[in-house]
Amino acid sequence: MTVTVSAGLSDLRSFLHGLPGVDKVGVEARAAALATRSIKTSAKAHAIDLAIRMVDLTTLEGADTPGKVRALCAKARRPDPADSSCPPVAAICVYPAMVPVAAAALAGSGVHLASVATAFPSGQAPLEVKLADTRDAVAAGADEIDMVISRGAFLAGEYSRVFDEIVAVKEACGGAHLKVILETGELGTYDNVRRASWLAMLAGADFIKTSTGKVAVNATLPITLVMLEAVRDFRERHGRVIGVKPAGGIKTTKDAVKYLVLINETVGDDWLTPDRFRFGASSLLNDLLMQRTKLTTGHYAGPDYFTLD
Amino acid sequence: MFEYAPAPESRSVVDIASSYGLFIDGSFDGGKDGDVFKTINPATEEVLAEVATAGPEDVDRAVAAARRAFGSWSALPGAERAKYLFRIARIIQERSRELAVLESLDNGKPIRDSRDVDLPLVAAHFFYYAGWADKLAYAGFGPDPRPLGVAAQVIPWNFPLLMLAWKVAPALATGNTVVLKPAETTPLSALFFADVCRQAELPPGVVNIVTGAGDTGAYLVAHPDVDKVAFTGSTEVGREIARTVSGTGKRLTLELGGKAANIVFDDAPIDQAVEGIVNGIFFNQGHVCCAGSRLLVQESLFEPLIDSLKRRMATLRVGDPLDKNTDIGAINSAAQLARIRELSEIGASEGAERWSPECPLPDRGFWFAPTIFTGVTQAHRIAREEIFGPVLSVLTFRTPDEAVAKANNTPYGLSAGVWTEKGSRILAVADRLRAGVVWANTFNKFDPASPFGGYKESGYGREGGRHGLEAYLA
Repeated sequence: MTVTVSAGLSDLRSFLHGLPGVDKVGVEARAAALATRSIKTSAKAHAIDLAIRMVDLTTLEGADTPGKVRALCAKARRPDPADSSCPPVAAICVYPAMVPVAAAALAGSGVHLASVATAFPSGQAPLEVKLADTRDAVAAGADEIDMVISRGAFLAGEYSRVFDEIVAVKEACGGAHLKVILETGELGTYDNVRRASWLAMLAGADFIKTSTGKVAVNATLPITLVMLEAVRDFRERHGRVIGVKPAGGIKTTKDAVKYLVLINETVGDDWLTPDRFRFGASSLLNDLLMQRTKLTTGHYAGPDYFTLD
Repeated sequence: MFEYAPAPESRSVVDIASSYGLFIDGSFDGGKDGDVFKTINPATEEVLAEVATAGPEDVDRAVAAARRAFGSWSALPGAERAKYLFRIARIIQERSRELAVLESLDNGKPIRDSRDVDLPLVAAHFFYYAGWADKLAYAGFGPDPRPLGVAAQVIPWNFPLLMLAWKVAPALATGNTVVLKPAETTPLSALFFADVCRQAELPPGVVNIVTGAGDTGAYLVAHPDVDKVAFTGSTEVGREIARTVSGTGKRLTLELGGKAANIVFDDAPIDQAVEGIVNGIFFNQGHVCCAGSRLLVQESLFEPLIDSLKRRMATLRVGDPLDKNTDIGAINSAAQLARIRELSEIGASEGAERWSPECPLPDRGFWFAPTIFTGVTQAHRIAREEIFGPVLSVLTFRTPDEAVAKANNTPYGLSAGVWTEKGSRILAVADRLRAGVVWANTFNKFDPASPFGGYKESGYGREGGRHGLEAYLA
């Protein structure tokens, strides 16, 4: 069951449709059961710091300005100005137009710079435009590219078109890491989530990512569980470790810890690192900081003790 | 590795008395001849309490109290009986944290199960049958179904409070009164329930609880003034009870052992099937009469499935039942542990291949690592006898016909599971399985509205649902 990069439509289709099905009730029950794990004291402290290190601190608004992006970069480097033991986040995630500003603000920090490209969030643009978008972002200093797949093409069964697009974008990325956004909220079924995950991995994704954050349903635990199973099985078959990034809707420390438990009990250690797992989030960081302070001081500080950006 | 820090539920949420009497006619008293037995925490072997042993005179008193209460209780309008049942259900919900901790202490099951499975189901059963109490005339048993009288109920130790609920709720809803004997190793939640009955101001004598070992139960079911016997437990004891009761005119329902086949076809949703296999055999330490203790895997799927299963089993957390992250708790008793060990050793000596994940077990208490046997055939004892522990026998099959034939080739017939993404296959296979419950793409799911019971040596009669009313109505 190997699929070559030049796989034809029928090969891909038979491979993707030959993957084991996902039982909706079962996968949701499993995710819900894992969500009842009780993570306290030292385990919680460890989880919070790990989660901070996994955050792709994101701003993807029409209203983004250089000032806003610079402020976010400062926060990414030093999330808690009052506590130097607080680790930096994994990356900043911005639109391509903001990449030069972010690149300057992050220089020398070790914080990665991710940019959404390929006509984010809809993906409804000609391939040439998507590739140009990608090349520009990389040229301006992005070392991670978050691309969207053409859900329309995927749902129409044009798997090889989606596949070829990912291959082309991967090539345009050069040395930059490629995260492939499946937009699971538009795929409709867990079976499709599993198929899209495999499609992206076979086409060369370094990461598979749930969502743009711009549709009604973004990251959920069961969807992430299905994607984690996919990267686990992919490594077993192809030996390559692919990262996973849930994005959108993860707002609290409690949420984040549930994702870490999910990793811990499905794919294990190898994914408990920012190189293999990221949270696409904006407001999550402040809750993590608040809980972190609570653990060290024993009391909750008010929201004004944490910076806004 | 992401290690979870201990997350113990507080045991101080529940008060355990140093000694307990019998609950007869609305109040507690010591047994007539002062005999007691000790109930222990199987996770630590620490004594939790001393409990009175009910002798023949005590059982006589309990049955007499139930008989006295029967007249007025059965004469109450159904809607009035429903009020008591609703009240009991609500009190159970309110006190569910206490009860969950108590159940985990006395039984050894993980607090996650007692909290998330046992207690919600217990309350749901009382709510469900409370709803039937004033609708019996429309249940399909004639226009004016009558209660039987005094029900003698003997329950097992694997789900102490849940089995009590399965027995007591339909009996009371239909206007019967009960004398219930909980298992010797797990009497505490039933005695707590007695207190719930008092709190609900249930009339004295409607529910009586007599504690003790097999002798107490034998005397109770043989009692001449009992109209109905309901038993859940081993097939061996069930057979004895059937012998005792036969020819007496007493009504009898038996819910006995099982050796359920969990059938996995090669088009199954594999990750969820693995969860279902784990849940089927390791839930409640495998102390489940309907456990999926025989895994039948289509041969073409055997290797990947077993690899996935082993990988999953390596993440099971065995240990302190009160830790909120524990998946598998303690074996209920030394005797049960000895039986599990004996059958496992027989499995190995008969040539099956034994495997357990690396799994540190506590020094004190009764523990058994989750275990699977591969290379098992129909001829192995571990494929035929109920182990009632966290031990799975794995067999293979080639075609649906062979799967069905093997699944049915057992003296039992309590439950079965079918895993396939093909809907037509689910229906076709389920239709041919001789088992009281067939789960499709899930396992060990319970609901008060769903009837439960066995074929063949798994017993007769149904508990739960509308069907469960029939056992208590004439």
